[in-house]
Amino acid sequence: MSAENDHPENGSEETRAEGAVATDTDRLVDLYREMALIRAFEEACQRGFRQGKIGGYLHVYIGQEAVATGFLQAFKEGDRVITAYRDHAHALLLGSDPKNVMAELYGRGTGIVKGKGGSMHLFDVEKGLMGGYGIVGGHIPLGVGFAYAQRYGESDNITQLYLGDGAMSTGAFHEAANLSGLWGKDGMNPCLFIVENNQYGMGTSVERTTAMTDLGAKFDAYGMENEKVDGMDLEAVIECAERVVEQVRETGRPYAVEALTYRTAPHGAADFFEKYRTKEEVEEWRQRDPIGLLEKKLLEGGALDEDKLDEIKGETKERINEAVKFADESEQPPIEELYTDVYAGEDEYLGEA
Amino acid sequence: MAETKTYREALREAMVHELDNDESVVLMGEDIGVYGGTHLITDGLIDQYGPKRIIDTPISEAGFTGAAVGMAMLGMKPVVEMMTWNFSFIAADQIIQNAAKVRYFSGGQVEVPLVIRGPNGGGVQLSAQHTHSLENMYAHFPGLKVVSPVTPNDVKGLMITAIRDPNPVIFLEAGALYGTKGEVEEGDNAVPFGKARVAREGSDVTLVAYGRQVNLCLRVADTLEEEDGVSAEVIDLRSIRPFDEDALVESVKKTHRAIAVQEQWRWFGVASEVAAIIQDRAFDYLDAPVERVSGAEVPAPYARNLELAAFPSAQQVANAARRVLYMEEK
Repeated sequence: MSAENDHPENGSEETRAEGAVATDTDRLVDLYREMALIRAFEEACQRGFRQGKIGGYLHVYIGQEAVATGFLQAFKEGDRVITAYRDHAHALLLGSDPKNVMAELYGRGTGIVKGKGGSMHLFDVEKGLMGGYGIVGGHIPLGVGFAYAQRYGESDNITQLYLGDGAMSTGAFHEAANLSGLWGKDGMNPCLFIVENNQYGMGTSVERTTAMTDLGAKFDAYGMENEKVDGMDLEAVIECAERVVEQVRETGRPYAVEALTYRTAPHGAADFFEKYRTKEEVEEWRQRDPIGLLEKKLLEGGALDEDKLDEIKGETKERINEAVKFADESEQPPIEELYTDVYAGEDEYLGEA
Repeated sequence: MAETKTYREALREAMVHELDNDESVVLMGEDIGVYGGTHLITDGLIDQYGPKRIIDTPISEAGFTGAAVGMAMLGMKPVVEMMTWNFSFIAADQIIQNAAKVRYFSGGQVEVPLVIRGPNGGGVQLSAQHTHSLENMYAHFPGLKVVSPVTPNDVKGLMITAIRDPNPVIFLEAGALYGTKGEVEEGDNAVPFGKARVAREGSDVTLVAYGRQVNLCLRVADTLEEEDGVSAEVIDLRSIRPFDEDALVESVKKTHRAIAVQEQWRWFGVASEVAAIIQDRAFDYLDAPVERVSGAEVPAPYARNLELAAFPSAQQVANAARRVLYMEEK
């Protein structure tokens, strides 16, 4: 989230996490705050969609927050992030203003891409976000290209490439992963593949889409080291992220992490939830909700108490309300915007107005 | 200064010119490096520029075309070889859904300075799956630019312009003409997009074409002059999108008659667009309906006689010209 929101609280030393990595409590409280904001943002999107304020498709990140939150802890300036259409969290975590993100969803001229992309196409190139993309798997080759360009330019930056389990059945994935592995042999592909395995491609489970359900191991075919991480456990994700990002940065070779997670919300806004998964299954995963898990830990350790929680929730609610208000009150894009940004250069629009 | 060179040499010269000019230019594609390129356009360049700039790829059109889009978004200028445009269907999602649109749906936050080049069209008995003319398909999509040069000088000049253009350019080479020769200007002969060329001046009828069919039209113009005493003007469009409407309209205002010739299928093709532009902007100048001469509505056949029958012939074009001049067909 934006720097202005990063005001660490005074956590107590004795609650320092006992993981493989020492994640200090202040940082965890901050990250709790970020995840809570993402959750509240997504819930506001769901309301906006049902109110008819948000058009098109809407894909929320509810249940998966710890994945992007953890991996983006290892982001450094100049790195690039690319993902598919479940992209709101990535934008917020990279520091895009929730107001502009919400305004985009509301189809406003103040939107992060001027009202031209909507929910699926959030870009904030200055902050490293190279976009959300709408065709499953179609963005993966682009990320591999970013990584090549980063090494071609002799920087030590890397690309974090997010993809879903569903994308791993596309040709674009396999072609791109092969190229990445190949170019990585020469240190020319610092690309971190982050598989957000939320168990379902829309309404079809991983078991029903591939005979080989070990998604991480699929990267073996492309000479890429890989591992799995519990995507509901923020600290485990951070530990993994910091370690593997360091390695990718160092070697210029790609790496893949399969983050096991779960979308507790429906796939899109209109989703026949109960047709493809049971209430019991969803409930089981809710027990492992990443925000709930962290909250419990921070409460038990004393880093948070009910007052502090209320304060965070209050702040979060206020920021989201501001974002919604901003979006609601912003103007639609000026009609001239229809014809801009088609082409770069002087002859910007080559058609007939 | 100009020298006689082949289409192949001129094309290579343009890429070498820009490789020397700009460190961000790289070439990539199947067998373009060590093997020298299927059509030997890039032969030897890997020795000169190394494997980081002359990138041999696996047979993976979606993968490497998409990667090139990503490279371009971060400021590189990749020139991707499609071994033939027939393989671009595999990469069409990358070209259409990403390259053409990402500038728009990012609200102008990125540019895609990418060239995709390779042989387009048929004529060498490659049959159904290896014979397509895809200019109308790619020119249909806002965000792409499409050019189709026929002379060695234009293939060089348009390639230089394509590499410097900040947008994705679909560069359709006349694959059957790599060995043909013509005068090529030395050094930087950048040819602007959106400017047609009058390949031959005339006053009685306008023959409009691009790519290989321009040469056919030039032969027909000779025949018409010799046999019928008709003076045909030949317009080489060179650039399909952007399209030089003015050059077309100006010619028709002079000749009052037009034939649009294309190798591709008749339905929904470039020739239909030519006819539409003329009726829109020069209707009152027309003395006859605009005719289209196109490929036969069949997948490209193999046997030489069938293949020849599937593409526009000199006789078809000449007779179309005679028809619009209300002369007897031959």
